Amino acid sequence: MNLYPVRAIYMAEMARTRRTLLQSIVSPVISTSLYFVVFGAAIGSRISEIDGVSYGAFIVPGLIMLMLLTQSVSNASFGIFFPKFSGSIYEILSAPISYLEIVVGYVGAAASKSILLGLIILLTSNFFVPLEIAHPIWMLTFLVLTAVTFSLLGFIIGIWADGFDKLQLVPLLVITPLTFLGGSFYSIDMLPPFWQTVTLANPVVYLVSGFRWSFYGISDVSLAASVAMILLFLTASLATIAWIFRTGYRLKP
Amino acid sequence: MNDPIITIEGLNKTYEGGFQALSRVDLTIQRGEIFALLGPNGAGKTTLISVVCGLVNPTLGHVVVDGYDSVSHYRQARERIGLVPQELTNEAFETVWNTVSFSRGLFGKSPNPAHIEKVLKSLALWDKRNNRLMTLSGGMKRRVLIAKALSHEPRILFLDEPTAGVDVELRRDMWNVVRGLRDNGVTIILTTHYIEEAEEMADRIGVINRGEIVLVEEKAALMNKLGSKQLTLQLHTPLTVLPAALEQDELSLAADGYELVYTYDGRQEEEGRGISALLTQLEKAGIGFKDLHTRQSSLEDIFVDLVKERP
Repeated sequence: MNLYPVRAIYMAEMARTRRTLLQSIVSPVISTSLYFVVFGAAIGSRISEIDGVSYGAFIVPGLIMLMLLTQSVSNASFGIFFPKFSGSIYEILSAPISYLEIVVGYVGAAASKSILLGLIILLTSNFFVPLEIAHPIWMLTFLVLTAVTFSLLGFIIGIWADGFDKLQLVPLLVITPLTFLGGSFYSIDMLPPFWQTVTLANPVVYLVSGFRWSFYGISDVSLAASVAMILLFLTASLATIAWIFRTGYRLKP
Repeated sequence: MNDPIITIEGLNKTYEGGFQALSRVDLTIQRGEIFALLGPNGAGKTTLISVVCGLVNPTLGHVVVDGYDSVSHYRQARERIGLVPQELTNEAFETVWNTVSFSRGLFGKSPNPAHIEKVLKSLALWDKRNNRLMTLSGGMKRRVLIAKALSHEPRILFLDEPTAGVDVELRRDMWNVVRGLRDNGVTIILTTHYIEEAEEMADRIGVINRGEIVLVEEKAALMNKLGSKQLTLQLHTPLTVLPAALEQDELSLAADGYELVYTYDGRQEEEGRGISALLTQLEKAGIGFKDLHTRQSSLEDIFVDLVKERP
């Protein structure tokens, strides 16, 4: 692997983040803080503890996950969609670089951004609720794996999308509902038995559950199931990207 | 001179939907030459370039760049190539300096600010280096695209319609840069549908139409063919046949005998015939004319003929 092209793409993408600081960092942090204020402080005081964790603290991992998933997808999708839209992708495709290098550059930058965002939100949440992190290594592992996996998914969406509307379609219509229904704000034990079973078909449940376990040692599903699910996602995304580049799908006629 | 830097063999490209953009294209580009690819819109010029640069997958055939197959050894092939696309595309919010440096990195070269500076200066972009691309005029954007292509010191430069919508000054600057590159041994392939451009710049000219290479010729040889001129004399009284004294290959009657057409190039004059001799002969034969005009057939005429011939 030649590092110069990877670095060029990575640095250009990070420069784009700096240019769009308001949209890419400030705005998600503020909107997450609003959740903390409303659900954590205002309503949360009226909700009883869940498994010995105050409601305000209980929702922190879920909220970080929500931002991590939506931001990873929209960052990475925009990063590759924009050159495609403006036509400047000709340069990427005519450069002497492998697909792997392209993906590492774009997805690496998008994931870095999401990880940074996740950590900032984590710090911010500390102002609203007392935080404890039972398994910090696992926490970071989940954070990084989720950021990378969903940035890969975003990259795929960016290549697939042929208009700005489709770019927003997946984060708004798929990721956000799945995260809201994926136990970000509640423990799935609180659902009627039938809906508990249905919920298990939602992949985000496994991500939120594993991530929450790394904070408080409580989970809806087993740690192994969470890890398996995220690795499954990762593999599926990588396989899709490999297929995209092999066939030139929506990149090379 | 036979030292090919690009060899294209049996290249076919059929797009999804069945449109055949290239059909059995064989073409060899010599090291260090300026090759002009001429053709009408939609002839396949851009597709041909795109296949060589790796933007379009060929349906059949292959391309060898400086000894490296463009598909199996794409790294070696592509790092030798700089591409200036036809469309003005760029990352609107980047500065000139950043986008040109980015291109260098993308092509796997270590940072070299001195080289970037040299490129920007040669294209009169140095003063604009900290400007965002979206604040630049169309001509400046075109210069940036050229700078990006030169940032990684390519051995081969593709210019796809470089002068479309470009003013005279930029055109002149650009040709100076191109000549400078050629002097440094860079091979240049340009597509255009402006024939003067090819006449002015190219060593060899290829004509492509409907996805097929119709002709490839040294410019000098082509210009000889094109160098022919026509003198048309409008006669007072129509002739039915040419007087025997005037009988020669170059002379013919047209417009029901009202016009006498003389086709010539440099040769006749050298042989002591030529226009003045003809006029003397006409006077002797008592053929009067009321008007005359000459016309030089251009590359354009031949080009139009070549392109028309094919249904």
